[in-house]
Amino acid sequence: MKIQKQHKEKLNRRSFLKRAWAWLGVIAGIELAAVAFNFLSVGKRKSKHLNPALIKSAGIIESIPPGSVIPFKSGHFYLVRMDDGGFLALSLACTHLGCAISFDGSKKEFICPCHSSVFDMTGNVLKPPAPRALDTYRVFIEGGEVKIDTSKKIRRRGFSIADLVYA
Amino acid sequence: MEETTIRQKKKVRARNLILHLHPPMVPRASIRFTLTFGLGGMSAVLFILQVFTGILLRFLYSPTPNDAYDSILSVENNILFGQLVRNIHHWSGILFVIITFLHLLRTFYTGAFYWKRRWNWIIGIALMVIVIFSNFTGYLLPWDQLAYWAVTVSTSMLNYFPGIGEQLATFVRGGSDVGAPTLLIFYNFHTAILPVTLVLLMSFHFWRVRKNKGVVIPEQEKSEMVPTDPFLVSKELVTALVLIAFVLLLSIFFDAPLRERADPAFSPNPVKAPWYFMGIQELLMHFHPFFAAILIPVLFLAGIIWLPFIKFQKPHEGIWFLTQKGKKLAVTASLISFVGTLGAVLLDEYVIDFESWLSDLSPLLSNGLIPFGILLIILGGTIWLIKKRYNPDKSEMVLFIFTFLMMSYVVLSVIGIWFRGPGMVLSWP
Ligand code: HEM
Ligand code: FES
Repeated sequence: MKIQKQHKEKLNRRSFLKRAWAWLGVIAGIELAAVAFNFLSVGKRKSKHLNPALIKSAGIIESIPPGSVIPFKSGHFYLVRMDDGGFLALSLACTHLGCAISFDGSKKEFICPCHSSVFDMTGNVLKPPAPRALDTYRVFIEGGEVKIDTSKKIRRRGFSIADLVYA
Repeated sequence: MEETTIRQKKKVRARNLILHLHPPMVPRASIRFTLTFGLGGMSAVLFILQVFTGILLRFLYSPTPNDAYDSILSVENNILFGQLVRNIHHWSGILFVIITFLHLLRTFYTGAFYWKRRWNWIIGIALMVIVIFSNFTGYLLPWDQLAYWAVTVSTSMLNYFPGIGEQLATFVRGGSDVGAPTLLIFYNFHTAILPVTLVLLMSFHFWRVRKNKGVVIPEQEKSEMVPTDPFLVSKELVTALVLIAFVLLLSIFFDAPLRERADPAFSPNPVKAPWYFMGIQELLMHFHPFFAAILIPVLFLAGIIWLPFIKFQKPHEGIWFLTQKGKKLAVTASLISFVGTLGAVLLDEYVIDFESWLSDLSPLLSNGLIPFGILLIILGGTIWLIKKRYNPDKSEMVLFIFTFLMMSYVVLSVIGIWFRGPGMVLSWP
């Protein structure tokens, strides 16, 4: 009787330890996976502070006439100034599959060379396959200068008047 | 006396090495060249060529947007045989995809994919996928206009994955655009993760072939055996040498392409995905991206993974196209699919425009579900007609559908690669 009990106890301890090891193993696995995931997503980590190199200046307000479109290829955007003076920074990347759009000055349209989507000056789609309006970057005015924050692309479905920034 | 024992010892050692892969005796039927065309072995040879030339390139390549292009230029211009090594890596990379695909077709059409060979079919599909992604990750590394925009377009397709698309694309690129992190990620997959995975899976693949008592042959031909050395070994050697000679010739006469340095602000016209994704890109010209780039490929992959789990009544093992009827059905399927796919592409290009006809509907319906549904109905109708006319058994029916879909992808790819000009309009090459 006594022996049997002892025996049982022993088995219990053993199975407990086994289970503990298994759980430790699972936890270690999760930790490893988390470390790996963290390593892999390092590219998209954004620093908390604005990187000054990602703020582009487009010069003073008066130097940009209303109704104009200026390419900033290094910043990967077009700066648009509407006829009423509102500013909008449109991403170069077509919303279909990411090719770089170009501006057709005579028609005042953006055209994608890849599958020939067409966008108007506000970034709205005139001709698919592009499924939504061009992404934008934040424009802000500081000391009479027009600045564009290229650190983050802003997605939108279509153009709304609130997208425009006025001096 | 001494001399001969050393030679004998060497021979024994060589034989031991061979016997790690092969049994001492193999059925005569299994080494007939026209059964396998040596395609699996060729894939393995191409892998070895890729590893060898890849290691050499790795000594000179530098995976940053600033230096990548220059390091390729320097390999081509400043290194003795640098251009040749790059060419071999380029051409055998392309052949690797083609030959592996042909090997997949061979195992399908000789009925080598079900019952005990089921797992080798599944491992094979994993190998096929990894071979394609090995090529794709390598495509970015030269960092020229071709590489940059092909990868931009291909990774953008991930954006259409429902729910998590944007995060997925960002994760794969390591950022919102293709850039330095993308190059580093692709480089790591291309030169470490994928090749190591390939080696592991290939070992498993070969072991399974041996465990299945060799390649598939008809039941009645199983008894006649011949020694592996020299019968099989000599054939393997000849196949490998001819293949290597062919790759060398290609590489001597045709240089791997290198366009201008990548310019993220300027897309060339047209931008094309790598050739093995051109079928998908052609689908994109006709369907909403969710259908073209996600749903149809995923359904297709799921379909061929499911194939060996269908319950077939009769075995048709080791005979090309299974039966006389199977041969007929393969030809019929190819013809119908060729004409049908071509016709559908032309119709959609010049006549059909659901998107503007049904402009009230979301494009997901008008440019997705509706045309896709119509195609499914047409395919279903064809299958019904075939059933009535030929009365095929289950495996012959599967053969018909498989052939139909494969032919369709080939036609789409050919149109995409050679018949799409600037602005992706249909034009002569
Ligand atoms: C890295 C790529 C691959 C390599 C190196 C490879 C290599 C091989 C080799 C050497 C054989 C022995 C018979 C022969 O030479 O045909 C074989 C058999 C086989 N392979 Fe592959 N293979 C690869 C990819 C694939 C793919 C993509 C599939 C199909 C999805 C596949 C399915 C099979 C099957 C089912 C067999 C057994 C055939 C039989 O028993 O008759 N393999 N493979
Ligand atoms: S990427 Fe612009 S239309 Fe396709």
